[in-house]
Amino acid sequence: MTEPLLRVRDLKTYFVTEQGSGTARAVDGVSLDLFPGETLGLVGESGCGKTVTSLSILRLIPEPPGHIRPGSFIEFEGRNLLTLAPKELRAIRGNRIAMVFQEPMTSLNPVFTVGDQIAEAAIVHQGLSRNAARARAVEMLTLVGIPDPQERVDHYPHQMSGGMRQRVMIAMALVCHPKLLIADEPTTALDVTIQAQILELLDRLQRELGMAVMLITHDLGVVAGTADRVVVMYAGQVVEQAPTTTLFARPLHPYTEGLLASVPRLDTRVSQVRGRLHSIPGQVPAATAWPTGCRFHPRCPYAWDRCASEEPPLLDAPGGEAGAHTVRCWLLTEPQRRERRA
Amino acid sequence: MTPGARLVQVDGLVKHFPGARALLGLGRARRPVRAVDGVSFAIESGQTLGLVGESGCGKSTVGRSILRLIEPDAGRVTLDGVEVLALGPRELRALRRRMQIVFQDPYGSLNPRMTVYQTLAEPLAIHRLAAGPEVERRVRSLLEEVGLDPAFARAYPHELSGGQRQRVGIARALSVEPQFLVLDEPVSALDVSVQAQVLNLLAELQRKRRLTYLFIAHDLAVVKHIADHVAVMYLGKIVERASAAALYGAPRHPYTTSLLSAVPVPDPTAQRQRIVLQGDVPSPAAPPPGCPFHPRCPHPKKNDRCRTEPPALREVAPGQLAACHFAEEPM
Repeated sequence: MTEPLLRVRDLKTYFVTEQGSGTARAVDGVSLDLFPGETLGLVGESGCGKTVTSLSILRLIPEPPGHIRPGSFIEFEGRNLLTLAPKELRAIRGNRIAMVFQEPMTSLNPVFTVGDQIAEAAIVHQGLSRNAARARAVEMLTLVGIPDPQERVDHYPHQMSGGMRQRVMIAMALVCHPKLLIADEPTTALDVTIQAQILELLDRLQRELGMAVMLITHDLGVVAGTADRVVVMYAGQVVEQAPTTTLFARPLHPYTEGLLASVPRLDTRVSQVRGRLHSIPGQVPAATAWPTGCRFHPRCPYAWDRCASEEPPLLDAPGGEAGAHTVRCWLLTEPQRRERRA
Repeated sequence: MTPGARLVQVDGLVKHFPGARALLGLGRARRPVRAVDGVSFAIESGQTLGLVGESGCGKSTVGRSILRLIEPDAGRVTLDGVEVLALGPRELRALRRRMQIVFQDPYGSLNPRMTVYQTLAEPLAIHRLAAGPEVERRVRSLLEEVGLDPAFARAYPHELSGGQRQRVGIARALSVEPQFLVLDEPVSALDVSVQAQVLNLLAELQRKRRLTYLFIAHDLAVVKHIADHVAVMYLGKIVERASAAALYGAPRHPYTTSLLSAVPVPDPTAQRQRIVLQGDVPSPAAPPPGCPFHPRCPHPKKNDRCRTEPPALREVAPGQLAACHFAEEPM
């Protein structure tokens, strides 16, 4: 089996809250692997810790109020990112690991041309001359499908549409041919026809450049269409992890099951969709006060007393290889309870 | 009113926003933005019309023009036979009791300095619907109706979650007992599990109170779930209008077909042909000549006629209207 490109173990990123209402355990013991060339979907609702996980990988957590707890471990290409000196870390960020953010409107600098912003990483990391870097910027704009790249390279962000700006963001991220691209909700701010363009672009670039992608999203449709493997997060933890087809065909965590059932779907007939949508009762708890036991138990239709008192570990789903499909739920030890309920 | 009667009727609605004035009076002024350019539809009592389209297509401007939160430039709007655009300020205020709006952003649309109680009591006072202890009783019953504990009456908006705030927004709209609600992207800011709760609530309220909805959204899957009829907008115009079953089952306009194919489906085994439209939506200040969709249109039969002659919105199947020269040969 190939070695993972990125190995995260027991990552804990906590924040001290302003009002002194305690410590927010935003990410609370996350472990995951990402293999070379793979697309991993990281899904969950607001506040589940998916973005903080990705920011922790690049050590972009503002300290204070945040801090990564001792005992956390993030290994990339054989090196522990959490113990690197700032200079070594800078050599990785934007070079070996790059990131695309949700907001193409606010993530670009309004006072520099897009060409300057794309060229910057090439100058800093690869020592290219200004002219060579400019040529590279034009090349990158061509790669991400921006028309008239020779002209566009001198444009400012405000002269571009949202979809174009997201293409520029992707060009910036890929200028040094990273091994890992972290894309945090890259299409959430975009219209559906533009979203389709960007997803297609990411898919093509991944194949051409052979990089691994960590795609962070709340949209299960986006994950289904792009990811090889999916990690579902809830309340700062991984609750289920499986290959994409397995996860959608046989979700085992009650949260994943509820989430999939809550999505209004386009691929069913109108007569079938009218009527009540499934919904998960209640709401995501606050990161300062996660419930005891299983963190999902107050909203879970199957919960029994053990769930309230004892936190389940990630358990292997029956019938698969160890580690292929893991689920943080006591139902795996007592599957008859699921059937009784259904 | 009789079931099946048209409660809301909109004819030839137009709203152009003036272009920005040229800087210091130098140079030419910008062209006006044709946000809404001749929109017509009707909604039967107790039904939901879904109005969908991408950012900037004019769908929110339509909703606001109907309520006259924006003054339209031309057209006719009637609510239960009343000419909405002809009303003076006082009559309009009285009519607002019968038509209300729920906004997308439950963060921005509630006054942060008012408690939930004050937010819900204010419209009752303005429209003189309740006084004294009756106010408290009404507020409590509104909160219960939208699924909130009456204890929330004392809370400020910042103490509520997004879903709870949207429930307060809905309760505020319902407080004056309207017949007609404009729901402007009411669930787009919410997480999927909470979105389902709010959609169920809206469906339940519609049944119980016999409400009529104009449901404005960009999410076609959400609209499919709630709408009886659907109108698709592109650059200020309706390009297709039909029953939900017809529009989702057999779309006639290439833009509708493309939009539907672009929506990601949560099924990794789905074999779908995705049509990826090229380019961006043109500016509504300079819509393309002919069919406004022609520069992006993937229809194989697209020809010179599309580039020069604007297609009329016409009936291409019983009850199904589309503005495409090739609507008889859908993609």
